[in-house]
Amino acid sequence: MIRASHVCKNFGDFAALTDVSVDIPTGSLTALLGPSGGGKSTLLRIIAGLETPDSGTIEIAGADSTRMSPQNRNVGFVFQHYAAFKHMTVASNVGFGLKIRKRSKTEITKRVNELLELVHLEQFAQRYPAQLSGGQRQRMALARALAVEPQVLLLDEPFGALDAQVRKELRAWLRRLHDDVHVTTVFVTHDQEEAMEVADSIVVMADGKIQQVGTPDELYERPASDFVMSFLGPVTTLGGRLVRPHDLVLSAEPVDGAVAAVVERVVRLGFEVRVDATVGGQPIWAQVTRYRSQLLDLRPGDTVFVRVLEPAASPVG
Amino acid sequence: MAKVSLRVVALTYLLFLLVLPVAVICWRTFANGFGPFWDALTAPSAVHAFQVTLQVAIPAVIANTIFGVGVAILLVRHRFVGRKVLSALIDLPLAVSPVVVGLALILVYGRFAPIGGWFADRGIDIIFAIPGMILATIFVSLPLVVRAIAPVLEEIGIEQEQAAWTLGATSWQAFRRVTIPAIRWALAYGMVLALARCLGEYGAVAVVSGNLVDQTQTLTLFVQERFGNFDAQSAYAASFALAVIAVATLLLIQLLRPKEGTR
Repeated sequence: MIRASHVCKNFGDFAALTDVSVDIPTGSLTALLGPSGGGKSTLLRIIAGLETPDSGTIEIAGADSTRMSPQNRNVGFVFQHYAAFKHMTVASNVGFGLKIRKRSKTEITKRVNELLELVHLEQFAQRYPAQLSGGQRQRMALARALAVEPQVLLLDEPFGALDAQVRKELRAWLRRLHDDVHVTTVFVTHDQEEAMEVADSIVVMADGKIQQVGTPDELYERPASDFVMSFLGPVTTLGGRLVRPHDLVLSAEPVDGAVAAVVERVVRLGFEVRVDATVGGQPIWAQVTRYRSQLLDLRPGDTVFVRVLEPAASPVG
Repeated sequence: MAKVSLRVVALTYLLFLLVLPVAVICWRTFANGFGPFWDALTAPSAVHAFQVTLQVAIPAVIANTIFGVGVAILLVRHRFVGRKVLSALIDLPLAVSPVVVGLALILVYGRFAPIGGWFADRGIDIIFAIPGMILATIFVSLPLVVRAIAPVLEEIGIEQEQAAWTLGATSWQAFRRVTIPAIRWALAYGMVLALARCLGEYGAVAVVSGNLVDQTQTLTLFVQERFGNFDAQSAYAASFALAVIAVATLLLIQLLRPKEGTR
């Protein structure tokens, strides 16, 4: 388990982390999610030992590692921009940690080959990083981090520098890899879709504080605040409270608890239809199925009745 | 048309300033054939001057390499009070006249100065001896290695080193296996540049060496002294040797430069 207790970190006047406490269970795949400048990368770097906290402690697997240097922590770290050793071949990059640990040549070769197979880079072993694509370089960086069998694998916006298609592939691949390797993994992202798709548990951070910790479902269904709710998915306001647009039910006839709305615009996005309307002059939007939209035959200027589908996805606190 | 005339002006300028003098040196050196040139170059005083030049230049380049790498890392990787002052001081030798440098060194390390006296009491002469000449040469070539590698250090960033740390490398291992290979071409470029400057230094060395024939005479001092004593053949031969070394270094620099930034 990784345990951060009351961690504070300031950069000059800027409070990057304020009294952050969180437990990350062994073997989990956890996302640190939040807007940029929220402190998530700082927390990750403090866990790795690349930054020292101003106060508070970090425990890794029961041992206090707050003052331990990064080389003794046995963590694997993957950087957004790969941090590939440009003057070394792919195989030497992956074998670097083992060479530092003075393992035998045969052992290094064997382990490097295993890892290159794991990240599907076998045929690139003798290439240099400059000859690889971004996605390949990041897989190499991951193999390099895994080679030393770290207790903890830390990834700082690992797919942030890649284009959308490669990013999607690597996400699914990281999920499968974690299912095979089971190393405790923490990755930083500002992309809620990425966090929801890949992680078992999500730590939402903003303004240097932890906003909520939970599984993707818990966070989506029972957000602790308006901030978490709006960060994790689309929201709209009805009667002064935040609701998910897909939790709004539209009907042609007035029903209990429904309010009248005037349709402004109907946009078809494939299977989904987005309905923009106003309730008492306030804009609102609902997400309905194509089937439902056809049944109602909505046109701009029509009046519809809107209510929230219960159980409502509204903030608990 | 303007382009052509500009080219003519530039070439004429270089012809009179550079090509003509060097060509005349070559011509004068070999005016009486290869024999006299070879005799002049292999005369005991010339050989000794060449040896002294190396004795001064090699330690100076080594010192500047170690110091240059250290200071470049300090300037690029660390933020501290006085960083800007240090950065400005590094460039001072480019602005100060070498003769002034020589005089200043005499004032500090001369036999009758406190520091120089302390060494003299222990039998170590600094001024009018090799140590002072090395000091003067280090001083004049101080910024060359720092300025060659600092931008490259800046460009590669610190993440490769941090990656090495997380993989278990100590600071020294990360430096030796990651940082040095990443800056090796810039470092080689800076060292060659420093070597060229050290071999050619005249002013500061002339002041601190005392120009003692067969003792503290470098190749540049030898040229000047021979020329003054109407031994033109020796002066031409040594000048030609210096010019050949300079051209060789320039070629080496050209070879090293394009490698920068690749891989």
